[in-house]
Amino acid sequence: MIFLQLFYEFFKTGLFAVGGGLATLPFLEDISQRTGWFTSAQLADMLAISESTPGPIGVNMATYVGFETAGILGALCASAGLVMPSVMLIILVSKVLEKFRTNTYVEAAFYGLRPASVAMVASAGIGVAMTTLFNLTASGFGVLRWRELVLAAVIVVLTNFVPKVKKFHPIVFIALAAAVGIIFEF
Amino acid sequence: MKELWMLLITFAKVGVMTFGGGMAMLPILQREVVENRGWATEAELADYFAIGQCTPGIIAVNTATFIGQKRRGLLGAIFATIGMVLPSLVIIMALAGIIGQISHIAAVKHAFAGIRVCVCVLIFNAVVKLWRSAVKDGKALLIFAAVLALSLLTDITPVVPVLAAALAGILIKVAGGAKK
Repeated sequence: MIFLQLFYEFFKTGLFAVGGGLATLPFLEDISQRTGWFTSAQLADMLAISESTPGPIGVNMATYVGFETAGILGALCASAGLVMPSVMLIILVSKVLEKFRTNTYVEAAFYGLRPASVAMVASAGIGVAMTTLFNLTASGFGVLRWRELVLAAVIVVLTNFVPKVKKFHPIVFIALAAAVGIIFEF
Repeated sequence: MKELWMLLITFAKVGVMTFGGGMAMLPILQREVVENRGWATEAELADYFAIGQCTPGIIAVNTATFIGQKRRGLLGAIFATIGMVLPSLVIIMALAGIIGQISHIAAVKHAFAGIRVCVCVLIFNAVVKLWRSAVKDGKALLIFAAVLALSLLTDITPVVPVLAAALAGILIKVAGGAKK
């Protein structure tokens, strides 16, 4: 039953992805590997589309995966699954708001959760980079995809070190990369 | 009933205007929810955001649920959340249909190959930014390294490292703090 499965997988993502934004990425990688609903490359494409369209990235991703897998109803099931844990938890927590925030155990748990969340996003990022920047089926220097690596280096510099330019919205860099991809036939 | 619709419409507006999710939403929420509607104060909004960050789930959805719940209880929470999610659903489904049809064109393939490179860098930048606020001492670094190794070398479900890291945090902070 694909609809229940979509709901369940994204419910799990919503329940365990802490910290927002890209925190959903490792869970999506996991879903991709286990279910084969989408490939790692498709996941990267989805991420780019999510970054360039309005709305929370997690919801965009759930909608896209659900729609690609099982149409409009699939999109609804995946998104509903994703937001359900948030809605239930917040309704519970809002009654004991202050206590929850300052609770020793909650604070301590988050001391451990934050580095774990960064590590999982990093790991998922390495997965995407491995297929995009390197050609693992080649040997010797053929492993390096030179043009991709140069483009990546240029974007790293632009987004981190060039004053003013680094404050641009990500959509600018995505458009730039798309143009380079078309011109140099990546 | 009128306020329920206002919740839905207001958060749909926030959803449309938020590009990139998460923190990008804060200034828009400030204008819509605090200044235009007076549903929350500046300080309350900061609290909601902090809680949204330290509860599982999407921060934008958490914040919408919070404000909806505060205004109109359970129904308010549901309406605000639907409002927040609706624009994404409509826009992404429209795009997904188009992309499916044009994805075999050579230029589109080249464009996405280029875009994927950019996505790698965006993830890298996000990791660097998160790192600064998350990994502040040796023990946190240890948790980072352990989880990174676990997720790179095994195909274990991410649920396990999340639970283990929360437990490790409690052991380090609460058990460690008790000794002092």
